[in-house]
Amino acid sequence: MTRARWVLWLLVAMAAALFVLFAVQLSRPKNDFVQSAMVGKPIPEFTLEPAVQSRPGVSSADFTDGKPRLLNIFASWCVPCAAEAPQLAALEQQGADIVAIAIRDRPQDVAAFLSAYGNPFSRIGSDEISQVQLDLGSSGVPETFVIDGKGVIRYQHIGDIRDRDVPILLQKLREAGA
Amino acid sequence: MIAELGLAALWLAAALAALQLLAGALAVRGGDGETLAALVRPTAVVQALLCTLAFGMLLWLFARTDLSVALVANNSHSAKPMIYKITGAWGNHEGSMLLWVTVMALSGGLIALVERRLPERTMMATLAAQAFVAIGFYAFLLLASNPFERLVPAPAEGTGLNPLLQDIGLALHPPTLYAGYVGLSVAFSFAVGALITRQVTPDFAKVMRPWVLGAWIFLTLGITAGSYWAYYELGWGGWWFWDPVENASLMPWLAATALLHSAGVLAARDALRAWTIMLGVVAFSMSMIGTFLVRSGILTSVHAFAVDPERGTFILALLAIYIGGALVLFALRANTVAEGERFSVLSREGALVVNNVALSAILGIVLLGTLYPLLTEAFGVRVSVGPPYFNPVGAIFFLPMLVVLAIGPLLRWRQDRLARVRGPMLAIAATAVLALLVAWWIMGAALFPLLGMTLAAAVAIGSFLPLRGRSLRRVPSPVWGMVISHFGVAVALFGMAADTAFQTERLVAARVGDTVEVGPWAITLASVDPVAGPNWTALQADLHAGYGGGASQSIQPQARSFWTPPQQTSEAALLTRWNGQLYAVIGGEAPNDEAGATRWQLRLWWKPFVTFIWYGGVLIALGGALALVGRVVGDVRRRAARSLIEERRVDTPREPAEALA
Repeated sequence: MTRARWVLWLLVAMAAALFVLFAVQLSRPKNDFVQSAMVGKPIPEFTLEPAVQSRPGVSSADFTDGKPRLLNIFASWCVPCAAEAPQLAALEQQGADIVAIAIRDRPQDVAAFLSAYGNPFSRIGSDEISQVQLDLGSSGVPETFVIDGKGVIRYQHIGDIRDRDVPILLQKLREAGA
Repeated sequence: MIAELGLAALWLAAALAALQLLAGALAVRGGDGETLAALVRPTAVVQALLCTLAFGMLLWLFARTDLSVALVANNSHSAKPMIYKITGAWGNHEGSMLLWVTVMALSGGLIALVERRLPERTMMATLAAQAFVAIGFYAFLLLASNPFERLVPAPAEGTGLNPLLQDIGLALHPPTLYAGYVGLSVAFSFAVGALITRQVTPDFAKVMRPWVLGAWIFLTLGITAGSYWAYYELGWGGWWFWDPVENASLMPWLAATALLHSAGVLAARDALRAWTIMLGVVAFSMSMIGTFLVRSGILTSVHAFAVDPERGTFILALLAIYIGGALVLFALRANTVAEGERFSVLSREGALVVNNVALSAILGIVLLGTLYPLLTEAFGVRVSVGPPYFNPVGAIFFLPMLVVLAIGPLLRWRQDRLARVRGPMLAIAATAVLALLVAWWIMGAALFPLLGMTLAAAVAIGSFLPLRGRSLRRVPSPVWGMVISHFGVAVALFGMAADTAFQTERLVAARVGDTVEVGPWAITLASVDPVAGPNWTALQADLHAGYGGGASQSIQPQARSFWTPPQQTSEAALLTRWNGQLYAVIGGEAPNDEAGATRWQLRLWWKPFVTFIWYGGVLIALGGALALVGRVVGDVRRRAARSLIEERRVDTPREPAEALA
């Protein structure tokens, strides 16, 4: 009998431990963002065809000319990507060179997106099967990477760029240029 | 005014639940409190009526698309078809919780109205426990998720409903699951009531059993429907994903299945008392943990529900009070519940104990797999647990359980000899070996499908053997229920094994006019056209599919774009034959071919016997329904007979005595 009662109290203790776990996890802000393990490493080798006729495609070699750049991962079918368009335009006006990769997209859709929301990009590559996106350690759209002049990923911004993120990205870009 | 009326009814119902708890608790304590006992049953009934009224008001608001109510404005749209306006009432957090308390109040009212077999003190404790659980959910509804909240000013138009949810599957799936969850709450209340008054008797099991059975039927149907819904609506061609939300409905089902069988032992043989009580507590605990996991958004799932940490905290508090409280009560009282009758290992009870242990082990495995990501995340590591864990680890217990399932019903209660059942067991073994050889010959040596086929054959034969040598017309309907449910397990298992082993899949970029072969099918892409519905536009492919060179039938898969809110969905097209389903999905435009012609992404599956999975699920539930009807009818007859006897006693008080004299 005493052994059976031990087991029962063990059950109560396990339930209590479960509640503690639930409570701890609930009290933390939910973080669905997956940080790339590639931050601090050189970008992987890749070459992407142009996504639209008006801009050249993108390859990893474009990032090793000594100039720091922003790499924006977007798609025409992505709503937050449209929301961040004014902030991208602001970044471009303040001197940032922005290279883009369009994910799982079609040329006519990308062109329509750019004509609707503006085109702050110097180059746009087309990643039809998310291969380069995954290699970069990006798990969704939109994401923006800061890449220094040697092609090393310095910073990752997940989600759409808000107003308050613009100075942060410019600061990171300056740091990467040093 | 409709919303205010609903809200008032809800507050009144909550107040009555408090009264029911107080009066019930005092009545259980005895002394002067017993005068309050007369209040408890009527209170429960009125509470059920008020709650139903509140839910009716919510339905009415949705039917009228009253946009001055925040819930309607957020979840409905005047352009939606009427049926989806109505189902929208519970296709959201607040409405679904109101549905939950309504079903709960209705079951409470029903027990209060009809259940008179148990000692009155146990009934008082049960109804008090039921009210105690209900109060928590009323509080949650009224304080943290009021469905009747007004929106000022009222918007001109609602913000729609998740297009994935605009489906008749939604009309049936959540209410079915909720009916199951809440049925288990009744079992929970009975268990707590029996623990408080220490009356764990065969009568208690008999009273609890129809509720467990009812809940179990709804859970079975809910899981079956949910699986089919995910299968054709998500467009991935799979029928079970071990998604946390699926697991949340599977865990109570596993516990309820175990409870159903152990309650059977308690009712028939007065054994497994403490174990049955514990399963009663665990089953509803699993329902609540499931609701918590789904509603708090604590786990990442394909089911995107509104995430609200505050609500999560509220449900967690309820969880801690009810589950913690019941477990502590159980730990304190378990040793005063005598273990009951003994039995030998080789007996019907013995087989049912094996079944119970296996089901509990699977429950533990699923629970661990579902919560493991949460545990590692607490230590900063993100993992996801999927089929590579659940399938093999679950199979370790599932496969032996199926062997026992085939043989167990043949055994006698209390004690049996293997020699007595040697004939039927040999028949089962021979069928299994034959099925193994045939399956091996057809599909080669993939372990799990092979074992699945073998056991499906064994269980199919084993499920009918209890009918051997009995007059079929005299077999009571609960036995028919068992036979059909067990056969349903075999059918579903066969479907799973066949789909896993024989499925063929093609992913192609096809031009209009191209013909693609998948399995025995030849499918021609006849055309791709834009089509429009009430709130969506779509690309629709016209496919002409011919089976084995025969005449072709036309099917139209769609890639739909909804505009409020903007969202893409795949409407898979299915062609069902007796021996399986053709499953077709159109993706979108593929890159042009070398000649520059437009190509379309098509994804085609031939899934032999996949439909048997859901036929099996329906059979399992049907068996449950037969057993339930049998039990209820039997109970009603017994009551009628008893009241007839009492009537005669009153009508003819002295005649027999005089005749004797």
